[in-house]
Amino acid sequence: MKDILTELEDRRNDARLGGGQRRIDAQHARGKLTARERIELLLDEDSFEEFDMFVAHRCVDFGMENQKHAGDGVITGWGTINGRMVYVFSQDFTVFGGSLSETHAQKICKIQDMAIQNGAPIIGLNDSGGARIQEGVDSLAGYAEVFQRNIMASGVVPQISVIMGPCAGGAVYSPAMTDFIFMVKDTSYMFVTGPDVVKTVTNEVVTAEELGGASTHTKKSSVADGAFENDVEALAEVRRLVDFLPLNNREKPPVRPFFDEPGRIENSLDTIVPENPNTPYDMKELIAKVADEGDFYEIQKDYAKNIITGFIRLEGQTVGVVANQPMVLAGCLDIDSSRKAARFVRFCDCFEIPIMTLVDVPGFLPGTSQEYGGVIKHGAKLLFAYGEATVPKVTVITRKAYGGAYDVMASKHLRGDFNYAWPTAEIAVMGAKGATEIIHRADLGDADKIAAHAADYEARFANPFVAAERGFIDEVIMPHSTRRRVSRAFASLRNKQLKNPWKKHDNIPL
Amino acid sequence: MFNKILIANRGEIACRVIKTARKMGISTVAIYSDADKQALHVEMADEAIHIGPPPANQSYIVIDKVMDAIKQSGAQAVHPGYGFLSENASFAEALADAGVAFVGPPKGAIEKMGDKITSKKIAQEAGVSTVPGYMGLIEDAEDAVKISNEVGYPVMIKASAGGGGKGMRIAWNDDEAREGFQSSKNEAANSFGDDRIFIEKFVTQPRHIEIQVLCDSHGNGIYLGERECSIQRRNQKVVEEAPSPFLDEATRKAMGEQSVALAKAVGYASAGTVEFIVDGNKNFYFLEMNTRLQVEHPVTELITGVDLVEQMIRIASGEPLSITQDDVTLTGWAIENRLYAEDPYRGFLPSIGRLTRYRPPAEVAAGPMLANGTWHGDAPEGKTAVRNDTGVYDGGEISMYYDPMIAKLCTWGPDRASAIEAMRVALDSFEVEGIGHNLPFVSAVMDHPIFIDGAMTTAFIEEQYPEGFQGVELPEADLRRIAASAAAMHRVAEIRRTRVSGRMDNHERKVGTEWVVSLQGQSFEVSIAADQQGSTVTFADGKAHRVASDWTPGDQLAKLDVDGDPLVLKVGKVSGGFRLRSRGADLTVHVRTPRQAELAALMPEKVAPDTSKLLLCPMPGLIVKVDVEVGDEVQEGQALCTVEAMKMENILRAEKKGVVSKINASAGDSLAVDDVIMEFE
Repeated sequence: MKDILTELEDRRNDARLGGGQRRIDAQHARGKLTARERIELLLDEDSFEEFDMFVAHRCVDFGMENQKHAGDGVITGWGTINGRMVYVFSQDFTVFGGSLSETHAQKICKIQDMAIQNGAPIIGLNDSGGARIQEGVDSLAGYAEVFQRNIMASGVVPQISVIMGPCAGGAVYSPAMTDFIFMVKDTSYMFVTGPDVVKTVTNEVVTAEELGGASTHTKKSSVADGAFENDVEALAEVRRLVDFLPLNNREKPPVRPFFDEPGRIENSLDTIVPENPNTPYDMKELIAKVADEGDFYEIQKDYAKNIITGFIRLEGQTVGVVANQPMVLAGCLDIDSSRKAARFVRFCDCFEIPIMTLVDVPGFLPGTSQEYGGVIKHGAKLLFAYGEATVPKVTVITRKAYGGAYDVMASKHLRGDFNYAWPTAEIAVMGAKGATEIIHRADLGDADKIAAHAADYEARFANPFVAAERGFIDEVIMPHSTRRRVSRAFASLRNKQLKNPWKKHDNIPL
Repeated sequence: MFNKILIANRGEIACRVIKTARKMGISTVAIYSDADKQALHVEMADEAIHIGPPPANQSYIVIDKVMDAIKQSGAQAVHPGYGFLSENASFAEALADAGVAFVGPPKGAIEKMGDKITSKKIAQEAGVSTVPGYMGLIEDAEDAVKISNEVGYPVMIKASAGGGGKGMRIAWNDDEAREGFQSSKNEAANSFGDDRIFIEKFVTQPRHIEIQVLCDSHGNGIYLGERECSIQRRNQKVVEEAPSPFLDEATRKAMGEQSVALAKAVGYASAGTVEFIVDGNKNFYFLEMNTRLQVEHPVTELITGVDLVEQMIRIASGEPLSITQDDVTLTGWAIENRLYAEDPYRGFLPSIGRLTRYRPPAEVAAGPMLANGTWHGDAPEGKTAVRNDTGVYDGGEISMYYDPMIAKLCTWGPDRASAIEAMRVALDSFEVEGIGHNLPFVSAVMDHPIFIDGAMTTAFIEEQYPEGFQGVELPEADLRRIAASAAAMHRVAEIRRTRVSGRMDNHERKVGTEWVVSLQGQSFEVSIAADQQGSTVTFADGKAHRVASDWTPGDQLAKLDVDGDPLVLKVGKVSGGFRLRSRGADLTVHVRTPRQAELAALMPEKVAPDTSKLLLCPMPGLIVKVDVEVGDEVQEGQALCTVEAMKMENILRAEKKGVVSKINASAGDSLAVDDVIMEFE
């Protein structure tokens, strides 16, 4: 009997070694942790329960029948993050380079199915050379099985991907369909075709880092939502993100004890909007001063910086934030910022996360590159996302809310629940100068007259009161009381119920 | 007494004067420029009058505009503060002509003390000890050599109109005297349009010590002890204290009596300051007399209990002094630190902008000011005093147009050590965010052994920080106190994290007791035992600290008690850890479980990427202004150019120190993203 028990221990020890000590050392030498070490850091101490530790591949070609490792290059199971359940898979680069075989895929599919059924997030730690070439089409089939489950899980449980090594070819499409992708700087890359193929086909010479490193995907392509210095930091930050997210779409977002007075007054906000309307200010200061304990988890912070997206808590409860950033491109909407914010709004709506919108937007960015790029359809994404969202929506206009962009930014007309404005708000069809030049075209030659008209326009329309008179603004609030007002607004919306008409699904302008 | 007084100044000193005037029942009038519409002094005053655009030479120092404001307000007296018009004889004259009292000395005294050569002559005649030197004008380089030999090397060659270190040379021999004369003369001609030069003895181990005098218009004069202002950066005082740790009673008396004699010699009537240079043997020499209220006057008030502004106003209204020399006693010790919006890590470059957070330490009343009833405000009473003179507020602005001073933080204690300790705690509790400032630097000075010994000279900063300020490395004892505190704080934060909703019942996460704290390149293994009152944090070597605190996650200021001593930490967030600031140190602190620490140790050290030698345009936009030229040496954070995009002006700043080698764009150019604006060597 004892021998049998010992055999289990021996087999476990063998499985835990993955591809062997030499490969583990090589993994460390690259500045990477092993698949199991990563799970240790991701989950609460001693909370990991493993599935399929002894699964091995069934390939008999190319001598593969003689090379088998228990687990087949991926570690799967579940555990807790601060006591809340999550499912996890972690690819083991020390076993066949983490390549995906039929059985490897089956292991992932198993936890995907369980996560959907049991309502817990799926976190994938990706470190894989790609398909197991030896298995041919079986490997491809495996990918597609995983993809299908990514799609089924979407909007049911949060899915988070962390790219912690290579992720190339077909492998990229699983993370691509998850809610968030994070990368580790210098040790991870993602691309559909690698530098060698790029060179052969297009003659472009490019390094893997340039083509698909963390910098590329967080700043240029927007494929990734964030990048971290190393594995340890990345996994700690994923834990931090999970604390903000509900476990599934049947549950309310989590609430956690907080130590910040909801009625906290921030007098410094009374001076945040500069006197000169053309002077920028940092919207992140406002976000930090409204949030519980100044804690803000930013999503896509290096991409389309003219809009800010991320999570805060108000009275301990998660709230998604979308805010124009006057520091970058005056906070205007353009293709990139519309896409970024639209996807974020839809994530929040999927998982019943209330949305706070902070508005200082001079309009849409003009120009041929925008029009040729399809800003009409991309801008419509954000409009659509806000309009279809049924979660609590509270909007604060701090300064400019001009033209179509005013409509888009969670306006009253898009079923905003609370639409507040600061006294500094200017809600108008456009800026005074532009409006005057159209309305008073006849006086265009006379600079003095135009200036006088502009001053009249400003006095009449560059304020929140025209909109407030119509009920488009529910209340003009003092900047220093923003946290109190917004907290109370969300508190009053905790039992909000709103349903869109039945449909199979909508047809957002993708 | 006056009913209404106008303060012809701004910032902290205007606020300071308003406080005393209010206490005396005098209504106050502020003046303000466009840049100061929302300034604190405007809010504090009973009325405020706008006097023009932001630059001081179009507002605060335009005599006609100030006179208009006086007329408009009906003020009977004007307090000029310091700087601006405070030592302007024409202003004093204009006031006299208008029949308005000047809260300052008579015009004649201002004029006589305003010129370095004249003032020195008067001082000599009044029996004041002066630096040996040649008072007349020097003809040429050979004349300079001859005089230098008479005075005896080392000598200082100085421009008569000089100031701020300009037109000043030290010579140790004939060659240097010859050369120094020529370069001083050139510099003086260029900088001041006045190339008159004089030579005097160069004082070794010099200390800057000044005497506060108070004279009325009835011929009475007293001195209120001294202030030691040796800690200066480029002739700008940074730390002041009273009394001086260097003077003895006899020297103090001699300096005081000579100062009063000088004041009387020029018919002085107001508060004034006689500055001396004191050498290592306590020989003191007259430098100059400042015919105004000094920036650092609070330290004198704190040890004498005399409200100098009140005295100035009373004297200006014609009252005789109510205090005699015998009434003046110096009690305890006071220290002042000037907080400037100057970034010490970037060569003390002015750092203007919005104060996103400004929370000074709470004021505490103690010492002679409290005893004499001259303490302003409603500060609670304590054993040591904290006084903060400021002109800004949370959310306010440090403007590019004026002196970048944020506040003057003063402490008083029964002795020097307690005043210094009170200052350390006050500095640690002083929250200033949004701009760069010298708080870490003055914190470092408070812990510097030379300062603690009171052995500083005017060369202190130059000698002790020759490469500028690089931050503070804390000794291990301090690190351990901070590590113990961080571990206790981290535990509190982690326990809160386990209280999130949606947990699996019965399978909650248990927060452990073993932690590894890493900071300043060191790691400490600790174990925490927490109870109702606090935590005992035991280190691997068996030593333990007892930490008590009511800190909760999100508090930006942690007030802790470590083994019975206070420890105040500014707490910020960094990815996976804390940013803790204390005693001038800026620490990134990670608290990890032993296993997390073990794995973290496997992570490669990342070398900061070589910040490119190019300035790229971050957005499509129009270049509005280029602030530098080829060959300019720029400091980290210095403005390089302004790009306008979407009608917003964005200032691009240098990421590091460097020399501009090429500029590819000029004002008016339209640039695309990543276009190269300039290149560095």
